[in-house]
Amino acid sequence: MRTGHEIREAIARKQTSALEVVEQALESAGRLETELHAYIRLLPERARIKAREIDAAVTRGDKLGPLAGVPIAVKDIFTVAGEIATAGSKILENFRSPYSATVVEKLERAGAVIIGKTNMDEFAMGSSCENSAFFPTRNPWDVTRVPGGSSGGSAATVGAGTVPIGLGTDTGGSIREPASFCNIVGVKPTYGRVSRFGMIAFASSLDQAGPMTADVRDAAQTLEVIAGFDEFDSTSVDVPVSDYTAALRDDLSGVRVGIVAEFEAEIGASDPALAALYKAAYADLERLGATLVEVHLPHARYGLATYYLIAPAECSSNLARYDGARYGRRVQNGGDVFEMFERTRAAGFGDEVKRRIILGTYALSAGYYDAYYVRAQKIRTLIKRDFDTSFAACDVIACPAVSCAPFELGQKMQDPVSMYLMDYFTIPMSLAGIPALSVPAGYVTGLPVGLQIVAPAFEEARMLGIAHAYEAATGHARRREPPLAGAAR
Amino acid sequence: MSTKVANAAATDYEPVIGLEVHVELKTNSKMFCGCRNEFGAEPNSLVCPICLGFPGTLPVINRKAVEYLCKTGLALGCSIAAHSKFDRKNYFYPDMPKNYQISQYDMPLTTGGSVTLPSGKRVRLNRIHLEEDTGKNVHAGGRMAGAEYTLIDYNRAGVPLMEIVTEPDLSSPDEAEAYLVQLKAVLSALGVSDVKMHEGSLRCDANVSIRPAGSSALGTKAEVKNMNSFRSVVSALEYEIARQKASLAAGERIVQETRNWDEARKLTYSTRSKEQAHDYRYFPDPDLVPLSLEPATLERWRAELPELPLAKRGRFMESYGLSDYDATILSADIPTAVFFEAVVAASGEPKAAANWMLNDVPRALEKHGLTIESTRMKPGQLAELIKLVKSGTISGKAAKEICEAMVADGEDPQAVIAQRGLAQVSDEAAIAKLVDEALAANPDSIASYKAGKTKALEFVVGQVMKASRGKANVEIVRAALIKRLE
Amino acid sequence: MRGQYMRMAEVPIDIDHVAKLARIELTEEEAARFSSQFSRLFEFIDELAQLDVSAIPATAQVIPRINVLRADEVRPSIGTDAALENAPDREGPYFKTPRILE
Ligand SMILES: [Mg+2]
Ligand SMILES: [Zn+2]
Repeated sequence: MRTGHEIREAIARKQTSALEVVEQALESAGRLETELHAYIRLLPERARIKAREIDAAVTRGDKLGPLAGVPIAVKDIFTVAGEIATAGSKILENFRSPYSATVVEKLERAGAVIIGKTNMDEFAMGSSCENSAFFPTRNPWDVTRVPGGSSGGSAATVGAGTVPIGLGTDTGGSIREPASFCNIVGVKPTYGRVSRFGMIAFASSLDQAGPMTADVRDAAQTLEVIAGFDEFDSTSVDVPVSDYTAALRDDLSGVRVGIVAEFEAEIGASDPALAALYKAAYADLERLGATLVEVHLPHARYGLATYYLIAPAECSSNLARYDGARYGRRVQNGGDVFEMFERTRAAGFGDEVKRRIILGTYALSAGYYDAYYVRAQKIRTLIKRDFDTSFAACDVIACPAVSCAPFELGQKMQDPVSMYLMDYFTIPMSLAGIPALSVPAGYVTGLPVGLQIVAPAFEEARMLGIAHAYEAATGHARRREPPLAGAAR
Repeated sequence: MSTKVANAAATDYEPVIGLEVHVELKTNSKMFCGCRNEFGAEPNSLVCPICLGFPGTLPVINRKAVEYLCKTGLALGCSIAAHSKFDRKNYFYPDMPKNYQISQYDMPLTTGGSVTLPSGKRVRLNRIHLEEDTGKNVHAGGRMAGAEYTLIDYNRAGVPLMEIVTEPDLSSPDEAEAYLVQLKAVLSALGVSDVKMHEGSLRCDANVSIRPAGSSALGTKAEVKNMNSFRSVVSALEYEIARQKASLAAGERIVQETRNWDEARKLTYSTRSKEQAHDYRYFPDPDLVPLSLEPATLERWRAELPELPLAKRGRFMESYGLSDYDATILSADIPTAVFFEAVVAASGEPKAAANWMLNDVPRALEKHGLTIESTRMKPGQLAELIKLVKSGTISGKAAKEICEAMVADGEDPQAVIAQRGLAQVSDEAAIAKLVDEALAANPDSIASYKAGKTKALEFVVGQVMKASRGKANVEIVRAALIKRLE
Repeated sequence: MRGQYMRMAEVPIDIDHVAKLARIELTEEEAARFSSQFSRLFEFIDELAQLDVSAIPATAQVIPRINVLRADEVRPSIGTDAALENAPDREGPYFKTPRILE
């Protein structure tokens, strides 16, 4: 059993029990942890209690939820009532949340069993998981390499087969890039499709939660569970949630797939091997019946700069609350309350977080606001318009999810800009608020990479349907096992 | 120091004053979360992850707060913005859970409008916007300076706050007070706030500058904060104006700064707040979406507006023949106005009702620590009392005693009269007997009266009243006495 | 506007001032390192000045919505002890911090 839907079926048919599945997942997680470091914290007791509840429901013959008994891993950026939520930061290392995130509640109501909280770049700032305040997570395909980030822990544990479903967040690529690096499916939904309540904020206008799963069907099923309006999130949208699993398809006849001319030029110049892999992926789509059309995103090249004004500006304000007064870590060596704030934040935040807070504070400060923040928001409009224009000519866009294969730990840590460039192909969609996913697309020198499929706002069903056809026809992830695989497959 | 400042005051400068008033809205729940909005609860008992700014939480706008602000705007003739939004005002302070305040920067809910003072002067408003209140710091040892540590209560954090900003239209401390009185009356009529300055539900900051009399230029202003009553607003403004005049007279320059009013020492002092504290880095709150109120909603709210104090004052003067002064007082406080009109309706005696409501009733309320809302006295009982005085059943003096008993205990006037034997004696035979006794006891008075000293007559009337323990009908006593003496 | 923007980007960031606004105590090493890293990033950011955006509206909200409001209904609070469970320091029902010096 590899996927969530297979596990649920087996539990429903009493071929196995939820407790048995959970014990296997906990065993796998524990065994791999010394090499993978995917979890900040396992929650074995909570998981066993929930698993027994599912088993009792099976025994009673109750109607089972769509994820009944499926073990899942949750990025440590989501709150779970009564449990610690660190967001990968020392400043929250002891913060125990009195409430659960809306998505966590929805997943548990659907029967999912949370086995642990996964590692991440601190406050979701990073593309390698090396910015975790605790330890870096490794890639199950090569433990000397990064799993991607910021949702690296969820990607690694799903990629290793410990659990079929992980929950991640994506602000500029933090679901899609690690999904690509760990050979799994990762979905960033439309902004507002999924509630942000209980998801520790990085950049509010960009953050979005999404599934990271073994296959497209699990992604569709999980998204169906977590999507929808939430009265606790004013920016969640009350558009009806489609039946995503019903939308899964096996051929692409009549589908127009946009290929972004600017992206092809970029990747062709930077990594010819990867460019060739993507060319092959587009050919696969064509073979399935799709028509390829060239589209243009002329402002996408400004995405990185735009993002590195908007996201730090919002984070500088969102992270102001971590001051040592009400919760979390405090550093106090005499002095007044403001000195306590300054020392707490100096000791509690890592390099990347400090860097972005400083940058964002600067971009919002007197005299610079219009030149930086407002200008970035205007360019955001231009990027969004590029997508609107493109989607007049195509149904979805197919493009690279990453600009290179998984890289070695430490390789980009001294040069933040080279790390920022990792999100070159994922940031424009985040700025436009549109849905995008990464689906396994093959291997470069033995390491996995993903194909990005992008749809107009709220067209997740279309996007997942097309990804499913591609996955079914190519089966890249099914073809190989990662060297570090830990589950009963 | 303060006398020196006062003496140095020059006469050729005039003050220019603008007020920023923060008003807590009387909603059931807080601005962005469901915690109860209530004054005086146990510290940190009215809090939740949202108003404590816990990681992962998000705000959602309270519809009632928007309604209350818009109704205030409609009542004051403001224009309600077609499009409005919330912004973050970023600065660090321990009473502010997120270290930013959700407020409105460049697109407030209302602009323009005015408050008309009883004098007829219109004080123009610049804007009214909606924001959230902060928590409260309790400084160990009482004062901030010298405190060892700070204790924080976040019950108030997130309470909806309406900020009403005037143009610099006020030209004296008394006018500032008149504005506050009028504004408070309007807000109280609208029912949008408790407007209690001592509980902090109405707070006032003032921008003060002076300029040569007759000039239209604006001088450098100081912002004066920390005034806790209307009285302290007046004192602080008087002090600050005198201070600025003295500074200019001494050849100094006024610096733009924030100054705190020290109630104990009766002076303002500079807070010397650091320059950087003013870089608030406003930007639109990405957690909230804009407001764009439907014209139909605004029309419905407009239709729901109650009669406002100035309109009520006019109606009281016209319908009940009250003086400007009496009508102003009775219309300023809604519960008082409602009680007054109920007494008028039940008694048909508007002038008498006004007299009672302006004099004896407030005196009795104060004596017993009650308010017009907490007293058990009913309007019908006061109306009955008025009728009993008019019919001569009780004397005016007895009526005052009965009134106090009614205010204190809510008893019917007839019951008080019976218990205390306060019914007026109008029986002529009984009175004649008392008059005879008084004359017999005071032969000198008779001589004086006959010698033309009418004062002596009143003395004897007093003796008769005393003998009757105030119950004798004084008119009948006087008539009987004159009849006997002539 | 365009020229003015370029000049602004060439002014080095006053890291100490910004760190004070952000209430983060930076070491000299951090301040120097961040400065040089920012100058690299601003090579990208400065490219934004190439675009004439004078006629372009700003996107603050990528999926436009208006008037998301909640009813004025009281929900239970979490209670003083739950509120203070995470407090680094408390005294009775209060959160406790070092003193405020203005
Ligand atoms: Mg304010
Ligand atoms: Zn609350």
